[in-house]
Amino acid sequence: MAVPTLLVLVVLAFVLMRLAPGSPFSSERNLPPSVEENLNARYGLDDSLGEQLLRYLGNLARGDFGPSLYYSDHDVADLIREGFPTSLRLGLAAMILALGAGVTAGIAAARRPGGMLDHLLMGVAIAGISVPNFVVAPLLILVFAVWLGWLPASGAGPDASLTAAGMVLPVVALALPQFAYVARLTRASMLEVLDSSYILAARAKGLPERTILLRHGLRPALLPVVSYLGPATAAVITGSVVIEEIFGLPGLGRYFVQAALNRDYFLVLGVVVFYGLLVVIANLLVDLCYGLLDPRVQRQ
Amino acid sequence: MRQKIVLAVIAAAAALILWRVFQPQQGEDVAAEADAGPTIAVLRRGNGSEPEALNPHNARTDSAFNIVRDLFEGLTSHDPDGKVVPGVAESWQVSDDGLVYTFTLRQDARWSNGDPLTAADFVYSFRRLADPATGAYYAASLSPVVNAGAIIAGSLPPEELGVEATGPHTLVMRLRSPTPYILDLCTHPSMSPVHRPSIEKHGDAYGRPENLVSNGAFVVSEWVVGSYVAAERNTEYWGNSANAIDKVIFYNTVDTSAELQRYRADELDFTGSIPLPQFNWIKQNLGKELHISPYLTTYYYGLNLTRPPFAGNAKLRQALAMAVDRELLTERITGTGELPAYGWVPPGTNYYTPQSFSWANLAPQERIAEAQRLYAEAGYSRERPLRVELRYNTADLHRRVAVAVGEMWKEHLGVELTLVNEEFRVMIQNIREKQVTEIFRSSWVGDYNDAFTFSQFLHTDFGLNLVGYANPKYDALLEQAAAETDLRRRRALLEEAERLMLADTPLIPLYFHVSRHLVKPHVRGWRDNIMNTHYSKHLSLQ
Repeated sequence: MAVPTLLVLVVLAFVLMRLAPGSPFSSERNLPPSVEENLNARYGLDDSLGEQLLRYLGNLARGDFGPSLYYSDHDVADLIREGFPTSLRLGLAAMILALGAGVTAGIAAARRPGGMLDHLLMGVAIAGISVPNFVVAPLLILVFAVWLGWLPASGAGPDASLTAAGMVLPVVALALPQFAYVARLTRASMLEVLDSSYILAARAKGLPERTILLRHGLRPALLPVVSYLGPATAAVITGSVVIEEIFGLPGLGRYFVQAALNRDYFLVLGVVVFYGLLVVIANLLVDLCYGLLDPRVQRQ
Repeated sequence: MRQKIVLAVIAAAAALILWRVFQPQQGEDVAAEADAGPTIAVLRRGNGSEPEALNPHNARTDSAFNIVRDLFEGLTSHDPDGKVVPGVAESWQVSDDGLVYTFTLRQDARWSNGDPLTAADFVYSFRRLADPATGAYYAASLSPVVNAGAIIAGSLPPEELGVEATGPHTLVMRLRSPTPYILDLCTHPSMSPVHRPSIEKHGDAYGRPENLVSNGAFVVSEWVVGSYVAAERNTEYWGNSANAIDKVIFYNTVDTSAELQRYRADELDFTGSIPLPQFNWIKQNLGKELHISPYLTTYYYGLNLTRPPFAGNAKLRQALAMAVDRELLTERITGTGELPAYGWVPPGTNYYTPQSFSWANLAPQERIAEAQRLYAEAGYSRERPLRVELRYNTADLHRRVAVAVGEMWKEHLGVELTLVNEEFRVMIQNIREKQVTEIFRSSWVGDYNDAFTFSQFLHTDFGLNLVGYANPKYDALLEQAAAETDLRRRRALLEEAERLMLADTPLIPLYFHVSRHLVKPHVRGWRDNIMNTHYSKHLSLQ
């Protein structure tokens, strides 16, 4: 399934990208027509679209992502290779934080639905979902970097390196919406599970509440969280343009937006393919986890 | 039992991956080393958007040029005030007809790898810049040089370019016409020499930090795309002893609000710009550190002269130009020190008196009355208003200016303006095609400090004449000026051309831009200048 899905994705991205008006080489400046022709010829943009697509697919099959049209000193593969580690570090840290805090908050809220704690946690979750990153991140910087001076304002830090301290604020900003989703999902599915007959049986047996929640309730309750987690992790570890630009981080996220604006065709395709590949892998992992969490899936 | 084993294996694998992922990156080791040694002077510059290239022939935006100016040096360079001073060329002679420049290069000019820098390097670099196969955006920097135009167009081989090394340190440049601004042009980053052996070895990868051999005060050490470019003192640079900065870091600060906060958190020594919505706050709280300086840029509304309603309708164009209250615009709408523009060439341009529309000195009411009269003569009225579209690219400032100008036109003339917001490259394409575009917003940045960089924009045959202006008289004046060796007569010709063009009103200048920086008090040697060039080697830290 994975290969045809990716193929459709590449073709679709290729066609959409080429339908957009404007050339990768246009700017407010004057580019002599002869130079533009040469550039088009050099990158093979003067052939028919069909030929270009076939050539691109052929190169892709050999693992060649092509050159970047805008960052002319770099290959697309270089840019992805250099950007991904940062995005991966931030993304994984954010997902671990979001998962730990979110599941805990979800369980706590589900214990007494409608209670004080439930309202408080779900209030935070609603804020996490609805307040966008580009508001949260500058606020965090203002408080923790400018006023308190505890943490650097940019991930890149004053000594031009990605320090652990510099990662705190971007990770928190990145984790907040994920935390919110995870907490809400956990709460909702936990409530559903707690309503089921086997929990009733467990209660009737007189098991302590802790055992009921964590041993019998949590595993089935995690299923929707896990299926959310797959694609979400793929999205988060490929970076966020907002977080990267605000904190000056060298991740991948910016390319999804900037490359499209620059009509950097090969870079757009490169990050789309890369992201598609990660989503496919993440979904595969989710399927495997299902088997671990739910014995019924295993038997099928 | 089997489940537990699978879980344990997955957990172990996850732990291993996490440990790999969170291992310190290279940068941290470098920082740790730096901490151990004697303190070095590190200049931290806010540099706007990500530089697209460090190879001078591929660079095309200001953020890349700022870095290239530190890494490379052309025949001439700038002093802290933006005036032209000798660079690699320590002196030059000009022939009496102004057509031949003979540059004498410094004996001690060297590349960062120790290779001597000779006139042959410049010949190679200029030929490569003109060669269409290079695809250089700024190939036109060479256009005053003999045969450059034909080489760029692909009809002559690059070897025919009018530059020649007559000795290891003597470079002769032959020009098509006397071009007094050629020395200004030589400061442009695209005119920097590039290192031939490295380009022949690495090709396109020459611009990568591990391959980049350069000849300026600094040599690039690290480029983390999306975050920063770091460069270290080039000990081979001829002026190294006067350089007080050991290392310079150009931070990617594309988000100006985040840049301001990084500046406030003492992570930047100066900013590349400021967030305009916070201008008043900055003025009140950081007023002493705020530097605003005129900049060679005109913000204008272009009119498509190839189609109705503006083709052949000078009165309508004049009426629209007159009905804009530029003082109101610069005080209330932009409000960050911009200057109202009643002409095309910005003030501060070398050897030039800025010209204005003939009606610029009329009192506001008279001006409006005159605009209304011209509007009526052009065949429009409140009952039969002009319905027209204005295209602008997505940005808060452009939207606010467009709304304000639309309001002024509506109030004074009854024009019904439709605002069309387009993504930048779509807008550029529409402007170039001249089909759907009626009015568009744009700005023109001077490449060098001479009126010609502005005059040329409206020459019929200039490739980027976005409005489609074609006036043989204007072209003739420009050609006369180009052939003129006497600076005073040349200046008079260019000024006359601008007056002629303003009377035709092919575009509506609105205001002249300013550059804006926040500079920490401990940065010494900072000078505001019209070129907005700030070489790291001119600065020091206290």
